Amino acid sequence: MSDLDAFRAETRAWLEANCPADMREPIRGDDDVCWGGRNCQFKSEGQRLWLERMGAKGWTVPEWPAEYGGGGLSRAEARVLAEEMKRIKARSPLSSFGIWMLGPALLKYGNEAQKKEHLPRIARGEIRWCQGYSEPGAGSDLASLRTSAEDMGDHYLVNGSKVWTSYADKADWIFCLVRTDPAAPKHLGISFLLFDMASPGVSTSPIKLISGSSPFCQTFFDNVKVPKENLMGTAGKGWEIAKYLLTHERDMIGGSDSTGGGQRDSVSNIAKRLIGLDAAILADTALRTDIARHEINALAFSLTMERVMAETKSGQGTGALSSMLKYYGTELNKERMQLLMSIRGSDGLTWEGEEKGDGDLARSWLRSRANSIEGGTSEVQLNIIAKRVLDLPGA
Amino acid sequence: MPLILTDDQLMIRDSADGFFNSEAPVAQHRALRDAADPVGFNRDVWAKMAEMGFTGVLVPEAHGGADMGHVAAGIIMEAMGKNLSAAPMLSTAVLGATALKHGTPEQQAKYLPLIAQGAHLLALAADEAARHKPAHIATTATPSGNGFKLNGSKGFVLDGAAADTLIVAARTSGDTNDSAGITLFLVNPKADGVKIDRRSMVDSRGTARVTLNDVQVDGADVLGSVGEGHAILEKVLDAGRACLAAEMLGLSGTAFTMTVDYLKQREQFGQKIGSFQALQHRAAHLFCEVELARSATLKALQALDEGSDRAPMYVSLAKAKAGEVAILATNEGVQMHGGIGMTDEYDIGFFMKRARAAQETFGDAAFHSDRIARTLGY
Ligand SMILES: Cc1cc2nc3c(=O)[nH]c(=O)nc-3n(C[C@H](O)[C@H](O)[C@H](O)COP(=O)(O)OP(=O)(O)OC[C@H]3O[C@@H](n4cnc5c(N)ncnc54)[C@H](O)[C@@H]3O)c2cc1C
Repeated sequence: MSDLDAFRAETRAWLEANCPADMREPIRGDDDVCWGGRNCQFKSEGQRLWLERMGAKGWTVPEWPAEYGGGGLSRAEARVLAEEMKRIKARSPLSSFGIWMLGPALLKYGNEAQKKEHLPRIARGEIRWCQGYSEPGAGSDLASLRTSAEDMGDHYLVNGSKVWTSYADKADWIFCLVRTDPAAPKHLGISFLLFDMASPGVSTSPIKLISGSSPFCQTFFDNVKVPKENLMGTAGKGWEIAKYLLTHERDMIGGSDSTGGGQRDSVSNIAKRLIGLDAAILADTALRTDIARHEINALAFSLTMERVMAETKSGQGTGALSSMLKYYGTELNKERMQLLMSIRGSDGLTWEGEEKGDGDLARSWLRSRANSIEGGTSEVQLNIIAKRVLDLPGA
Repeated sequence: MPLILTDDQLMIRDSADGFFNSEAPVAQHRALRDAADPVGFNRDVWAKMAEMGFTGVLVPEAHGGADMGHVAAGIIMEAMGKNLSAAPMLSTAVLGATALKHGTPEQQAKYLPLIAQGAHLLALAADEAARHKPAHIATTATPSGNGFKLNGSKGFVLDGAAADTLIVAARTSGDTNDSAGITLFLVNPKADGVKIDRRSMVDSRGTARVTLNDVQVDGADVLGSVGEGHAILEKVLDAGRACLAAEMLGLSGTAFTMTVDYLKQREQFGQKIGSFQALQHRAAHLFCEVELARSATLKALQALDEGSDRAPMYVSLAKAKAGEVAILATNEGVQMHGGIGMTDEYDIGFFMKRARAAQETFGDAAFHSDRIARTLGY
């Protein structure tokens, strides 16, 4: 038996013994997703145990080094773990901006003390992070941000406000872009700060989305004192970190929901169930054409993700493709949600009702519209491709 | 199998790119077009392709071929697409070789070595409907003597005027649209009753109408079993479709590069037109589309090499996606060149013409979307 086979056998046995039964059921609503954090309201004892057990093994972040609370697994072992989890339909124990966004940046740019302090807490789901990038006056043009951090000797004094800060009202800490040098050219005066949302002077005010929920906030900073050791990287070099983190965010948004594979049912399977067949052909032939076209693109896109990963691994990669994956993946996901709405017809319009799940589709459809806005809009991704990949003038 | 080229395949790509770029560039296509060349390709180039091992890419080693597989065949076709190189690669080395692998040992021993040597050209005379419909075969094969008599007409036979042997699909039983009852025959184009009329097509490739009038063939000329030609035909067509996807990927790539280069040169309103965001976004979108076509095409070629059950689905994915992208890339290419893009003197129009012809060959995006939907059960 190879080492990998042995690892698979061990992993399978461990998962069988440790994954609670209710953590093997499909996710039905937003509250089935566990985000961790100091104030985490676990929906069930199973959810709590699952996070605790996976966190203790570092398997919430299988490939992070063990010294920082990760699983220390190789790429191949991590794949085995993912396959074994999929086999028993285990839910992901933890959803986390710390894992998807801050962690990779901390590993690359954080100092030893910062890594030791923050990474294990992210891995165990003890601290929930939010992202303080966008401001009322700085969206696509993020580098024009104005939140200021004044150097007061042993600390920075932070003033200003952020907007669209997802889950700011539930988060424990924030990774925040601030301007430390107002005189420098706009990309050079920016620094990357980490601080506690419980610090005096931080307040949040939720904003309601068109999908009805309020996952994001406006966030205000009024003379917030942030210790100097909470600066990540060098003062004035925060923009580089900000961009590095964004590529991780884009890969996550572009890749998460759009492959048509994974756990989700395909559009055509849903259409078959709800519309039915007529002589082996979907009973709505015009919609069938739209669905087939979508599925061709979804398949070609998931093959492209597979190819890009294989190329990167073998060093053949062209690089700079995260903008492409973000752009195409989110546009496809929006198309998928629109097709699902068409398939459902007027039933898809239900907002609330007696049945559990009523309104979920309409809300998911509305939420999907944000995919091509959050993490940098589709237009911004096209700008990046034009500039970095195609080298077009003045882009 | 990881979805990338192996080191060997990367080497084939480099040598194919270099070969077609120097031996059969777009200028040669233009010269053939201007000369109204009766076969539409250059025989010296074909002989050199044989020396390179390209013509035997799908021929087993036992028959003197290089047996490099479909990914390699696709790489060669992509390089031809990049340069608009005309040669009977598709008709002989892909369709012909794939068909003959289903032949009797005698047929294989006779034809496969000749294909690998570049010494014998084949042409597939299957389609009858103007819109691809492989089971639509009205040409009849009625028993006669120790063989059959063929009657019918094939409108769109690639390299039909140059072929030394035709592979004809005819009906030995059943109704016009049945998949059962189709039989493949090896037919000598010089035989009595065979009439070959060269058709002048938009892409200037050698294409012919083949009319069969009481053509007598021998029992030994049947390829595969009587009445069971459809299954072979599907395999032959799938190899051809995947290679056409690769050719379209190649031509899309060149049309795209030419266009992006032009955006960096041409000035209007005192600036490079490539600085206009309306054009930048269209170019960036096109970049993504070409990447998707590349992934789909490679997957189809790999699936054929693996003999996967899902190969037909991936082939249709590749043909549909690469076809749609080739049309987009060439349409956008002409548009973003402005007036010069419409001139015969400039090359971009050749790419548009070839894209249209390759898209129509063996099923367009609509045909293959429908086939995918059927495969997925809807
Ligand atoms: C659901 C959701 C969650 C979010 N979560 C967070 C978060 O947690 N933290 C955070 O910091 N931010 C978050 N954001 C903010 C997000 O990153 C911004 O909304 C985004 O970057 C766009 O900025 P904007 O909203 O100011 O739009 P604008 O920049 O004002 O854009 C308006 C329109 O103009 C277009 N546009 C702008 N500039 C150009 C250009 N140069 N070329 C062409 N078109 C252009 C845009 O594409 C868009 O269509 C979230 C947003 C959403 C929708």
